[in-house]
Amino acid sequence: MNTPKQMPQAYYDLLEEIQAVDFVLVELNLYLDTHPNDTNAIEQFNQCTYESKKLKKQFEKQFGPLMHFGRSYSGYPWNWDDTPWPWQM
Amino acid sequence: MHQTNTKYYYPYISPFDPCPPIIRKSYSTPPQLYMGFQPTNLVQFNTAKEALFCGTLWPAFHDPYPPKEGREDN
Amino acid sequence: MWYYEKKLQYPVRVRECNPQLAKYLIEQYGGADGELSAALRYLNQRYTIPNKVVGLLNDIGTEEFAHLEMIATMVYKLTKDATPEQMEKAGLAPHYANHDNALFYHNSAGNPWTATYIQSKGDPIADIYEDIAAEEKARATYQWIINLSDDPELNDSLKFLREREIIHSQRFREAAQMLIDEKDKKQFF
Repeated sequence: MNTPKQMPQAYYDLLEEIQAVDFVLVELNLYLDTHPNDTNAIEQFNQCTYESKKLKKQFEKQFGPLMHFGRSYSGYPWNWDDTPWPWQM
Repeated sequence: MHQTNTKYYYPYISPFDPCPPIIRKSYSTPPQLYMGFQPTNLVQFNTAKEALFCGTLWPAFHDPYPPKEGREDN
Repeated sequence: MWYYEKKLQYPVRVRECNPQLAKYLIEQYGGADGELSAALRYLNQRYTIPNKVVGLLNDIGTEEFAHLEMIATMVYKLTKDATPEQMEKAGLAPHYANHDNALFYHNSAGNPWTATYIQSKGDPIADIYEDIAAEEKARATYQWIINLSDDPELNDSLKFLREREIIHSQRFREAAQMLIDEKDKKQFF
């Protein structure tokens, strides 16, 4: 029998931090689609983008790529298709 | 004007209704019905996690469901 | 083009194996006011609408695919490892006979998804009002599913999705305003 692979708590915690920042980005993005001249919101959007990139770099170093098609670096061997997928975790 | 996110109404009850009557029923009237074009610099939740768990960045749009005041009364 | 990101928009937790709830949730997967209909409706409308609202349709359409994935995750978790007996008890024997435990784009009553669920009239006002109505209908569907569900962790995710319908409705209302304004809004702060 295979020993089931389990992700550490740190995986879920860091992912949740990314989900939170990325959620603020979705909200600001939709808001800016109808408020294109709100400089404060644009500044906050860019700040969150920076924060999101930083967190993802940290996540990917520990747990492998978040994106495909050249948006993330691969480890060796190819680890894009490592489990768990989002619906499995 | 004080804005509520739930409205209540009282359907007609006949003595010949077979199911036990629900006296008071409700429907949702969430914040987007009142907001108009969203003003700039609307107050935001303090943290990104709070925003995530409420499903919006702005408390003014947060509409808990089911309503605290209840959905219906028998 | 689109890129896939290996994460859900919002964490999905399901407390117990419960195919009955999956049967209700499938309404938001392959139903008329479900997430698939929403994503395809908005992404299809963006080709023939004035530029000032194209970005919004593009972005809300894209977010809907993240919601579709959340619903799929719930259905998958609720039915994963469910036995044929459990599926039958939940009224899912006809589904099981055709699909085993696989997901399928149909609604709670078993009607397959159809393109007739999504309107595209080509008239910007008609289309945006259609979208506002679609968001309110999806919000209502989430309410009815929350009323049926007794899984607090699942309900947490459903409440997130209901709140997103509120925000989308707000943005489409703003888009309608932008379309009827006499001049392009020039706002400076």
